Amino acid sequence: MLEKTLKTSLATALLGVSLLASALAQAETITVAIAANFTKTIEEVGAAWEAKTGHDVRFSFGPSGKLLAQIQNGAPFDGYFSADTRRPQILVDSGEALDFFVYAKGQLALYSEKLPVDENAETILANGDFRHLAMANPKAAPYGLAARQVLEKRGLYRMLRDEGRIVQGESISQAFQFAATGNAQLGFVALSQLRDPESPVKARGQVWMPPTEDYEPIQQGALVLTRSEHPEVVEDFMAFVQGREAAEIIQKFGYDTP
Amino acid sequence: MFEGNLSLKLGNFQLDSGPFAFHSEGVTALFGRSGSGKSTLLRAMAGLDRRTRGSLRYHDEVWQDGRRALPAERRDIGMVFQHAALLANRSVRGNLAFAEQRAPRDRGPAIDRNEIIERTGIGPLLDRSVANLSGGERQRLAIARALIGRPRVLMVDEPLAALDWRAKAELLDLFESVIHDFGIPTILITHAPLEVERLADRVVFMDAGRVERVESLRAALDRVDSPLFTEEGPVASLTGHVEPITDEPRRLRFVTTPQTNDGQPVIFQLGTDGNSIGRGPRRLRVRADDVALARKRIDGISMQNQLPARIERIETTGPGRKAVFLTLNDGQRLVSEVTDRAVADMGLDAGQGVTALVKSAALLR
Amino acid sequence: MTLFGIPLDIHPIWLTLEVAALTTLALLIIGIPLAWWLARMQSRWRVLLEALVSLPLVLPPTVLGFYLIIALGPSGPVTEFLGLFGFEGQLTFNLMGLVIGSVIFSLPFMVQPMMSAFQALPEEVLDAARLMRAGFVDRFVNVILPLARQGLVVGSVLTFAHTVGEFGVVLMVGGNIEGETRLVSIAIFDHVESFEYEQAHLLSAIMVVFSLLTLVSVYLINRRLSARLG
Repeated sequence: MLEKTLKTSLATALLGVSLLASALAQAETITVAIAANFTKTIEEVGAAWEAKTGHDVRFSFGPSGKLLAQIQNGAPFDGYFSADTRRPQILVDSGEALDFFVYAKGQLALYSEKLPVDENAETILANGDFRHLAMANPKAAPYGLAARQVLEKRGLYRMLRDEGRIVQGESISQAFQFAATGNAQLGFVALSQLRDPESPVKARGQVWMPPTEDYEPIQQGALVLTRSEHPEVVEDFMAFVQGREAAEIIQKFGYDTP
Repeated sequence: MFEGNLSLKLGNFQLDSGPFAFHSEGVTALFGRSGSGKSTLLRAMAGLDRRTRGSLRYHDEVWQDGRRALPAERRDIGMVFQHAALLANRSVRGNLAFAEQRAPRDRGPAIDRNEIIERTGIGPLLDRSVANLSGGERQRLAIARALIGRPRVLMVDEPLAALDWRAKAELLDLFESVIHDFGIPTILITHAPLEVERLADRVVFMDAGRVERVESLRAALDRVDSPLFTEEGPVASLTGHVEPITDEPRRLRFVTTPQTNDGQPVIFQLGTDGNSIGRGPRRLRVRADDVALARKRIDGISMQNQLPARIERIETTGPGRKAVFLTLNDGQRLVSEVTDRAVADMGLDAGQGVTALVKSAALLR
Repeated sequence: MTLFGIPLDIHPIWLTLEVAALTTLALLIIGIPLAWWLARMQSRWRVLLEALVSLPLVLPPTVLGFYLIIALGPSGPVTEFLGLFGFEGQLTFNLMGLVIGSVIFSLPFMVQPMMSAFQALPEEVLDAARLMRAGFVDRFVNVILPLARQGLVVGSVLTFAHTVGEFGVVLMVGGNIEGETRLVSIAIFDHVESFEYEQAHLLSAIMVVFSLLTLVSVYLINRRLSARLG
C-alpha cells in the first residue's frame, strides 16, 4: 500500500517536472511599459494571458510622459501602453514603432461625495453651488482637456476659472485626490478611478457621466516597439489585449473598449 | 563665608563635595589634579548648572537648597573663565559695556571704570574686535569685564592654562595686584602649587569629586605630605615686602611681616636687580633643599642669609631624609631638608635654637 | 507684460515672492524656538524629533502634499481643530495653504542651520552672560541670536530659495488656481505642457538667475561671518 503510494507520487512528480521543463523551453518573458492609470487592469489582463500561453510578461509602470522619455533613450521595452494617443504617435513618427492601436477609451465622470450630481449635475455646475471644482490640468492630461470641453460646451469654463473655482491637478490622479479627500466639493475624474475595486470612494458619493459626445474621446494607444527581441510574443499579447476576454476585464475597470 | 555641601552629576563624573566651609575673604585656592572636580564645584557654586543639588550659603544668603537655587544671574559673581568667554560679536568696549550696563547700582564694590581699564592695560584695545586679541589680551579683558560688573565674589577658573610663560607671568602679576588692591573675595582654581603659594590665603583640596580638606596656606605647607609639594620637596612661603637697601639703592632686601605680637621682622638679602621693585606685600618662596642648618652663625661662607630659628619638629620625608620645620623670629615657618645622619650627628631635636642658612630664595614677584 | 518680446504673466512671480517671504517669516517665528529647544535637549527622544524635522527632506513632495490635503481639507484634523476656535472654511487651495505647505516642507532648511549654530555656541560664553546678570530673554536677544546669526541668515535664505523652487507640495495644496495659487514653478510646468517653450524658458531663466544669486549670497554671508567670528 505504502509502496504503491510512493510510486504514484514519484511518477506524478516526474511528470510535473518534465511538463515544467517543456514549458520553460518555450516560455519567453516580455517587458511592457504601462501608463500608471492602467496598472490594476493590465495586471489582471496579464495574468490571464500568462495562464493561457505560459509566457511571462513583466510591467514597468509610470507616467506616460516619463515612459516615453525612457523609450526615446533606449529603454529595453517590448511594448508601450500610453494614456493618450499623442505619445504613441510620436514613436510611430520617429520609427520606433510601425503603428499603434487604441486599447481602451477613458470615460469622464463628475464625482462628488456630498452633492447630488447624479440627479442634477447640470444645475449644480451652472449655479456654482460649490467652492472648488477639481480637474486635471487641460494642458497636461487628456482627462483635463475633456473636462474643459464639457464645461466649455455649457459656457461655464471661463467663468469658473476666472472666479478661481477650478483647482487643477498635475495628473488625473491628483484631481481625484482633491475630490476624494473633500478638499474640492466635486471633481472631474476618470470613471476607472471610481470603479477600481480598491478605490477609496467605491461605495461612496454620487457620480454623473457627461455625454460622451461632449468631449473628444480619451483614447489610449498601445504599440509594439520595433526594438523588441520577441516580436511574435508581444504581438500575441497585444492581440490578447484586443480580444473579448481582455475587453471584459478592461470594461470592468471602468473603460470603454473600441 | 561659604558653607555648603553640593553634588552634581555630569556624564560619568560625580561631584559629591561633602560638607565644607571656608572664609571668603582674600584668596581661596581650589587645588587638585585635573579631573578632581575643581571646575565642577566652581560651576555648582556659581549656580551655572541646574542639575546641582545640595546646599550652599554665602554669609546669610541661601544660594542652594535642595533643587531650589538662586539664579546665577542674581549671585553677583564675576567669573574669569579658562578661555576668557568673550562675546565674539562685540568689540572690547562692547564686552565691557555688556557687564557695566547690567551691574547693580546699589551694591558691590564700585571700582572706577578708568582705573580698571588702566590697571588691566586694555585702554589701547578698546575699539578692537575681540577676534584679533592675543591670549593674554583676552584674559585681561575678561578680568576687566568681571571687575566692572561690581562682583561680590570673583571666581577664576585656571585663566593661565592656555597662555605662554610671558603672558602667564604678566597676568599673575595683574591678578595679584587686582585681588589685593580691590579686596574682592576670590576663589581661584589652579593645579599649580606656585600659584597657590603666591596668591592663596587658604586652600580647598579636592580629590575624586570630594572636598578633602580646607586649610590655611600656612597649615597646608606645614606637613610633609602636603599635596602642594612636588618632586622638589617641601617649600616655605613667607609674607613680607621688598625694599631697597640703604646706601645701595640697586640692591634689594625682603623684610617679612611678623605674624605674632612679639615677633621681629626677618630680613633676606636678595640678589635681584633694583628695577623689579614692586608695591605692596610680596611672598618669598624658600625650598627646603636650599636651607642648611648650623649650630651657630658661620663666618667666611658665601651664604648671606643666616637666620636664627627654633626647631618646631622633625619629620621623615623619605628614605634617609628628614624635614626640619623651623620657626623664625617673626613667627613664620621655614623648612629645611637634611639627611638622617645630619640630624643624628648634630643631635637636632625639637625646641633647639639653630641658624638657618638660606642658599637662595625666590621672590614670588 | 512683455519681456524680451515674450508675453509673460508675471503674477506668479509676485505670488511666489509673497509666499516665500511669508514662509520665511513664519519659519523664523516657529524655527528659532524649535531649533533652540532641540539643540539644548538632553533627552534621548531628541534623535527622533530631529529625524521628524528632517522628514520632509526624504518624503516625495507629492506624498507630503497628499497628506497635507488630507490634514488641511474641510474635514481634516487641522481644520477641525481650528474649528474649535471658530475657524470656518478650508486651508487648501489658498494662500494660507501654500504657506502652511511650504512651512512644513521647508522646516529642515530653517531648523538644521539654526540648530548647528545654536549647538556651536560656546557654553562658557552663555555662562559668562548669566553671571553678568543677563536673564534668559536678555541672553537670547543680546547674546544667543547675535552669535547664531549665521545660522539664522543661512536658514532664512535657504528657506526662501527652497520655497521659490518648490513644486510638488504647492501644486497639491494650492490646486494651481490661476491668479491665486499658481506659482512660478507651476507656471513653468504649464507652459512646458502646452508647448509654450519661450515663456517656460524665460521664467526658468529668471528662476535660475534668482537661485544663483541666492546661493552666492549664502556663501558670501557664510564667508564673511565666519571670517569675522574667527
